[in-house]
Amino acid sequence: MNQLSAISPELLIASVMVASTPILLAALGELVVEKAGVLNLGVEGLMIIGAVCGFAMAVITGSVFVGAVAAMVGGAMLALVFAFLTQYLLSNQVATGLATTLFGLGLASLIGKPFIGERPPPMPRLQVEFLSDLPFIGHVLFSHDPILYLALLLAFLVWYFLRYTKMGLVLRAVGENHDAAHSIGYSVRLTRLAAICFGGALAGLGGCYLSLVRVPQWSEGMTAGAGWIALALVVFSSWRPLRLVLGAWLFGGVTVLQLNLQAAGVGIGVAYLSVAPYVVTIVVLVLISLNRSQRLLNAPACLGRSFFITS
Amino acid sequence: MRGIRLLAAATILLGAVVGPASSDDPLKVGFIYVGPTGDHGWNYQHDQGRMLVEETFGDAVDVSYAESVPEGADSERLMTQMALSGYDLIFTTSFGYMDPTINVASKFPDVVFEHSTGYKRADNVAIYNARFYEGRAVTGHIAGHVTKSNVVGYIATYPIPEVVRGINAAFLAARKVNPDVEFKIIWVYTWFNPPIEADAANALIEQGADVILQHVDSTAALLVAEEHGIWAFGQASDMSEFGPNSHITSIVNNWAPYYVERVRAVMDGTWQSTDTWEGLSTGMVEVSEISDKIPAEVKASALAVRDAIADGSLHPFTGPINRQDGTMWLAAGETASDGDLLGQNFYVEGIDEELPQ
Repeated sequence: MNQLSAISPELLIASVMVASTPILLAALGELVVEKAGVLNLGVEGLMIIGAVCGFAMAVITGSVFVGAVAAMVGGAMLALVFAFLTQYLLSNQVATGLATTLFGLGLASLIGKPFIGERPPPMPRLQVEFLSDLPFIGHVLFSHDPILYLALLLAFLVWYFLRYTKMGLVLRAVGENHDAAHSIGYSVRLTRLAAICFGGALAGLGGCYLSLVRVPQWSEGMTAGAGWIALALVVFSSWRPLRLVLGAWLFGGVTVLQLNLQAAGVGIGVAYLSVAPYVVTIVVLVLISLNRSQRLLNAPACLGRSFFITS
Repeated sequence: MRGIRLLAAATILLGAVVGPASSDDPLKVGFIYVGPTGDHGWNYQHDQGRMLVEETFGDAVDVSYAESVPEGADSERLMTQMALSGYDLIFTTSFGYMDPTINVASKFPDVVFEHSTGYKRADNVAIYNARFYEGRAVTGHIAGHVTKSNVVGYIATYPIPEVVRGINAAFLAARKVNPDVEFKIIWVYTWFNPPIEADAANALIEQGADVILQHVDSTAALLVAEEHGIWAFGQASDMSEFGPNSHITSIVNNWAPYYVERVRAVMDGTWQSTDTWEGLSTGMVEVSEISDKIPAEVKASALAVRDAIADGSLHPFTGPINRQDGTMWLAAGETASDGDLLGQNFYVEGIDEELPQ
């Protein structure tokens, strides 16, 4: 037990929050996309495009905020390609999503070539008089970068948007039954287009969090599967934004915790800990495949189905 | 009659395609990498070798490569495809390509394969590896000297002999100069994942490490070390530009001369299935320029260690060395055999952690 005392809970929690932010942002975007009835498997590609666009613009302009905006624009533009293919040319969403990932990875390598070895400007951290100096809470809550707080705020806003606004209701209607939504005059395509762009922007922001804050450096393939974890996270949270925050902390948390346990010399059970979130995700997927529980789990009924106007 | 003549012509034509390449045809050489060539680590160095092959032989070779090829079935498919499309020599540059390489090689006896870091050979499969542990002994020596907290962090990949050997070599060298030094080891189970590597470096630093050694391929740990103002070492390639203050030295894998030599052997028809394992003495492993930010006497003694290993007067594994459980491995003065090193699956005495199996 005394081995565990080497782990400082204060530093651990702070690290967990940083580690979970990229997947939280990407998963939040994907949640909105899936709520609109679209399955975009291109999150990994969108994230890495965001990582490289954000990094490149931050290096060129010397401003991390310009970088963050560029990351969102880059992610949204690639998502727009996906949206055009799936919504207007009615291509298969799964295949197009996978292609988006492959295309994104390749394009990011190309854009990133001149930036290998560059160093981005540092991301400023919150430094509030008094609050940041508080013991424990100061380090855990009040010493992070702005994007981390933005991610948490966005989770709240998405929850509010989906639950309490008319636009949110329309978006959910499109995801639940696109024919019905269309028949009462809502534009299924435009709603989905907007959702996909929003998802792309957030995935891009999540990607640039990796290249500007967490590592911070550009290297090819640096997202290393974070996009797939984000996809699993959406299922894990059963399409609920606030549960998604907890899920992101859990997914990010087990990674950081198992690394810390290893450094402290506690080697046993680390493998089981690492695999736990994915086991839960699989359980959720199995439950969804049972019809009766689909409603309980909140899965959008039209998820992954193409919409075309028949009349 | 006409039919037979056609058949004969077709046979001749076919013979020209599958038969031995005439001297006018460029030699087709393929490289398969496990990660991106831009990793500034393992794959980057193999790719440097590929470039030297192209530069050296010019039009006499037709070289291509595939990067980020997953180990296992995908790599086997790619090798088969390359063999079918007329490649003469294929370098497969990751441990996990071992069985696919052997499988494909058995189906294409006329194609020559070179597999890196494995242990299975065939008539048309040569293997090559570098004695990275010699470089790790030098980095361990420096780490033992420069650590103030006496905690050295080590980011390891997979518990295979290659990696375990590196940890042992670094640890023994560090203990030799600093009896109080301890190693904290994190297994990340990946060769390349910058965010996880950065998290691992952070976890080690949070638990007191002020020097970080790594076996992973990216430069993330160096950046984290730079940010925290502690020391770190590069892996596979010279990573000094990523940590102007933190970087002490890198263990550099220099495959290029070997690649040129092997391509020439295939051209000359002198190629044979060989087992190559070279280190500091031939330059297949190099220790890059050591930073002047460490004390001059440490730098001098590190260079002395490097030279002693290179000229054979010092073996990084010289007894007495006990296994972690306290049983004797090497008696006083005895050095480890290559067989012992290649199958190393235990920590040496003094490492206070459990080796995952």
